[in-house]
Amino acid sequence: MTNVLELKGITKRFPGVLANDKIDITLREGKILALLGENGAGKTTLMNILYGLYKPDEGSISVRGQEVDIHSPNDAILQGIGMVHQHFMLVPVMTVTENVMLGIEPTKNGIFLDKEKVANRIREISDQYGLEVDPNAYIKDLPVGIQQRVEIIKVLYRQANILILDEPTAVLTPQEVEGLFKIIDTLIKSGKSIIFITHKLKEVLAVADDITVLRLGKVVGSIDPKEATSKKLAVMMVGRDVNLVVDKKPASPAEPVLVVENLYVRDERQNLTVQGVSFDVRKGEVLGIAGVQGNGQTELVYALTGLLPLEEGTIRLLNEPILRTTPRNILERGVAHIPEDRQRHGLILSFPIHDNLMLCTYYKKPFANGVSLQEKIIYSNAEDLVEQFDVRTPNIYVNAGTLSGGNQQKVIVAREFSRPIEVLIASQPTRGLDVGSIEYIHKQIIKKRDEGTGVLVVSSELDEILSLSDRIAVMYKGQIMGILEAKTATKEQLGLLMAGVHLAETTQS
Amino acid sequence: MTNTHTKTASEKRRQTSLGITLLATGLLIYLLFGISTESEQLTTFGLNLAGTQAMPIGDLIVPAQATVYLMSAIAAFVGAYQLARGVRSSGALLGIVAFTFVVAFLTWAAAGKSFNLTGMLTSSLVRATPIALAALCGVISERSAVINIGIEGIMLIAAQVAVVTATLSQNLYVGLILAILIGGAVAAFHAYLVIRFKVDQIVSGVAINIIGAGVTSFISSRFLQKATNTLNNSGTFPIISIPGLSKIPILGPVLFENNLVVYLTLLLVVVMHIMLFHTPWGLRTRAVGEHPKAADTLGVNVYLVRYVNVIIGGMIAGLGGAYFTIGSVGRFDEIMTAGKGFIGLAAMIFGKWNPIGAFSSSLIFGFADSLQVKLQILRVPIPSEFLLMAPYIVTMIILTGVVGRAIPPAADGQPYEK
Amino acid sequence: MKKTDTPSQPPETRTARENQRDSIWQALLVPVLAVVTGLLLGGVVILASGANPLEAYGALFTGSFGKPANLIAGLGILFSTGENAALIKAIYPFTESLVIATPYIFAGLSVAIGFRCGLFNIGAEGQFFIGALCSAFVGYSLKGLPMIVHLPLAIMGGALGGALWGMIPGYLKARFGAHEVVNTIMMNWIAFRLSDWLLSGPMKASGFRPVTPNVLATAELPRFFSAPLRFNLGFFIALLAAYLVYWFLFKTTLGFEIRAVGANPDAAKYAGMNIIRNFVLVMALAGALAGLAGTAQVLGVDHWVGQGFSAGYGFDAIAIALLGKSHPAGVVMAALLFGFLRGGATNMQSMAGIPIDIISIIQGLVIVFIAAPGIIRWIYRIRAIKTETTVLTRGWGS
Repeated sequence: MTNVLELKGITKRFPGVLANDKIDITLREGKILALLGENGAGKTTLMNILYGLYKPDEGSISVRGQEVDIHSPNDAILQGIGMVHQHFMLVPVMTVTENVMLGIEPTKNGIFLDKEKVANRIREISDQYGLEVDPNAYIKDLPVGIQQRVEIIKVLYRQANILILDEPTAVLTPQEVEGLFKIIDTLIKSGKSIIFITHKLKEVLAVADDITVLRLGKVVGSIDPKEATSKKLAVMMVGRDVNLVVDKKPASPAEPVLVVENLYVRDERQNLTVQGVSFDVRKGEVLGIAGVQGNGQTELVYALTGLLPLEEGTIRLLNEPILRTTPRNILERGVAHIPEDRQRHGLILSFPIHDNLMLCTYYKKPFANGVSLQEKIIYSNAEDLVEQFDVRTPNIYVNAGTLSGGNQQKVIVAREFSRPIEVLIASQPTRGLDVGSIEYIHKQIIKKRDEGTGVLVVSSELDEILSLSDRIAVMYKGQIMGILEAKTATKEQLGLLMAGVHLAETTQS
Repeated sequence: MTNTHTKTASEKRRQTSLGITLLATGLLIYLLFGISTESEQLTTFGLNLAGTQAMPIGDLIVPAQATVYLMSAIAAFVGAYQLARGVRSSGALLGIVAFTFVVAFLTWAAAGKSFNLTGMLTSSLVRATPIALAALCGVISERSAVINIGIEGIMLIAAQVAVVTATLSQNLYVGLILAILIGGAVAAFHAYLVIRFKVDQIVSGVAINIIGAGVTSFISSRFLQKATNTLNNSGTFPIISIPGLSKIPILGPVLFENNLVVYLTLLLVVVMHIMLFHTPWGLRTRAVGEHPKAADTLGVNVYLVRYVNVIIGGMIAGLGGAYFTIGSVGRFDEIMTAGKGFIGLAAMIFGKWNPIGAFSSSLIFGFADSLQVKLQILRVPIPSEFLLMAPYIVTMIILTGVVGRAIPPAADGQPYEK
Repeated sequence: MKKTDTPSQPPETRTARENQRDSIWQALLVPVLAVVTGLLLGGVVILASGANPLEAYGALFTGSFGKPANLIAGLGILFSTGENAALIKAIYPFTESLVIATPYIFAGLSVAIGFRCGLFNIGAEGQFFIGALCSAFVGYSLKGLPMIVHLPLAIMGGALGGALWGMIPGYLKARFGAHEVVNTIMMNWIAFRLSDWLLSGPMKASGFRPVTPNVLATAELPRFFSAPLRFNLGFFIALLAAYLVYWFLFKTTLGFEIRAVGANPDAAKYAGMNIIRNFVLVMALAGALAGLAGTAQVLGVDHWVGQGFSAGYGFDAIAIALLGKSHPAGVVMAALLFGFLRGGATNMQSMAGIPIDIISIIQGLVIVFIAAPGIIRWIYRIRAIKTETTVLTRGWGS
């Protein structure tokens, strides 16, 4: 058995950050190497180096024993390396064929694109590996699971032998994950070798032949999957004992604070992405909304917080309907919003921390007196919140953009929790954060629940939903497939709902 | 995701507002043009153009008042139908608004007189040419996600270079080629600033406009004004009649009796359409404009594609610049482009970043532009200054009407960082 | 692009204070070097056109500041004889530069306030013209008012006219997403044609030339010296306006909203700010400031409006706003610089035969260097402390 790929002493520095520090990894032929590490451990950087998107500062790469120089994705493709990126690299307004052929386009008469030839090749690959897809479909019309197949076909079309899968399960339902594992199996059987990047311990144990763990840009160690346990891997990954389960008392829900009835919402492209959603959130409980990303959760939250207009339906807060759903009106009624995209909605990165901490209340006393801003109060408010919510920053005058993701999220949490609220809407509250920050944010959310706030958590991470929620609603294609008690819900059941199977059918099976 | 829901509130609002617009157009036509025409007046639309090779045909003579009333009735009827039932295509409805209004307006303006329609269409195409070239420059740059708002400056510089070099060399083709090359060079400077130094694309474009206006005015007042005959008097490209085709009535004079720049423009529209949608270069360009990272991960050199496209765009704008001098008047005047570069950008947006669309909408602007000239000749009781505003007002209306619905390439205007 | 996989930052080795000191130094360094480089390249252009750059710039300097020898002589005469005519003559070029700088301050503030809200106002030129026409109209048509009423009315007329002209593209942007760059330029051309009509008909003074009548003395901005010095109250009103804009942008909730909308419109919307209202408000304010620029020129300097009255002010204003980094204090400094450049350029044209358009070339280059500090760093080998981005506008912004 030979090593198809060896990385030795790879080091990569970004301004102020050592992203990869003398990393060695080895991939054996026909095997699956799992690269495990939490967000920010340097996995993606390492793979971008391997794929020629970044230049390493030090270190060497060998393919089948031959040291190679990889300066661009073209070099990587020539070496038979293919990558399925975490954020799909597909052009939404183009067809599957166009996306697959991009970069190595066959032509007729040397001038015109030969789409038919590529489409036929795609059909061949589909048949060979069980990757069913319509070559003439537009990417924007395909569900994410199929889009992932297109990504894999792109790699196979380029005749890659070494496949890098970067967090491939992040956007899939549990059943789709099973499907992916089958595809991976077929690929290995036909002689491909795979690097599987993830931060999910169970997946590693399910598929890996070898495991290498990264932490803070360094290799912590490699471990045989036979000897590995979830607990062992977690300690290696985080560097300390982690409590994988959120500590919480049973909820004591009271009357509903947020009632949503028959909501229809159009997204920015005028597609009707929320279609008749109804639910309620009660005082002192967490309602989790699960679902594969892109099934209308984003638009639902935008509508509830006034960022998108309602097409139809009503929202009632504390039994009072909200007639004008503007963001200002909604937040004045006591709704806090931790937005999905914290850099787009949650913060003004080029503003200092103290301004971000009063972003929603700048016009009210004590921050403003008439139209005049009260700087002293703004500063002292910021000093207090930074202290109270443990935001790691040199001072309150630096721009929010200089903070790490975890600390940026803490600034948002601090701002939203520092005003009186009845309802908390948290959308993907821990996406991209390190374990320490995740634990902290989860604790804060549960604390709010216990204080009697109604909490709505939207997450595409099923584990997060399961550990935070008291009840779980599952969204699929803009509709709620069912609402379950968290205590009795199983992953399999949720997975079926996430794939569009109705609740009645799941309980029968 | 398909829309199974019945017609929603916003769609109904839109239907109603379109219907009311149509009804209002009908009423407006009646009030503005119908009342003031007399029943026995005739409007003559001339279909023959003196000095062309087209076979002569009879002119179109219509009763003025009846025509105006007919237009009014069509607009009102379609409006009523829209209110009652609703029509899918809002574009077609707006087309009806524009068509009925323009026809009624022309009939009214030329009532009791003669108005040369063929001449008007010919001059529309000619006046659309620089706008179309500016629009095509915009299309090719923005399809690769680089906004070039410096087209105006590029055209000014190219216009001056064309006339001066053509005058000096006594050869219009030298002027044409150098204009194209200088256009490419200035665009390369823009590309270098926005790709290498990540300068804000709008700011860089504005700087090019300022420098373009400054340099050409500087040269004009320091050199050209003192030596008009030796430096700034090139003559223009002759009209080439295409044998056979130019004999077709109406179409012949409009399409097949033009000068080189106009023919090149027509050719460019077709070539660019094929290139953009049926060749590897086009596929890469569109991918770079929509999702540069995806293109990069497949080994497409994003920066190279952008440089190439912006430079080709600059060469097209250079051709547009040449039109102003050696393609039309044979002389350079300060700030002679008069906002055509920006109007071209509006045409690009209205044409949804497609070569054919951009060209078609340039024709609308060309039409508006030539209309005001014809109306001045007809002595319409509107001050000429207001007629001169027409192209600018049309630009604003069109930009306002469509921009929300015309979706630019997803990465348009954003620098790419690996 | 989001980086999801970089480890947390190591502790900063430099103190915040050090960084702050260096960034102030850099904030001044780059604009100064940009101007210097622009002048050097302008010299190359002058050289290429067959003239002597030193001679040209010498004429530029004496044209903008006056000759020091004359100043000393003038002071001498004042002290020995009490006669101030010579001194007034000596300070004429300097005060004239301040007179030219006055509308620049207003117009620069107009573009700067737009930038702060993420809007690019290329329409200052048209707003300037409309403002000038409105203030002139109030200035010559209202008769029999005392100055204390008439002058403020004329100023307000100019501000309102400009505000209206700016508000239209602002509203179209806010409501329909139509890009303000194209629309403000179209509004410029419409303003020019409209003024052609007004000056040849409704607002034409009796006589042959297409100009407005002179404004009445009660609507003129008072001058501080006897003729030919035109230095007037407008300059100080401009400084006051700069202070008010500073206070408004940085010390009030409205200014906070405007800056938030400019820095991140999505976050501003999330925080409950009304984007549409802010766009319209800012374009109206920008128009008002540009209108005031025209007003200051009419009421303080020319007293009448003719064709081509606003030529070049729009682009000058963009250069000034960029050079002043959209900060009112920076705008004042940049406006003074351009006042001196333009003031001297007339002298340069008559003394050295260099067309005044050379200033436009220098301006364009300065804009490039300001927008691309990387070029200046690269030319002068200055190390960048932190990545600096100049985000001023965004795409077609729908």
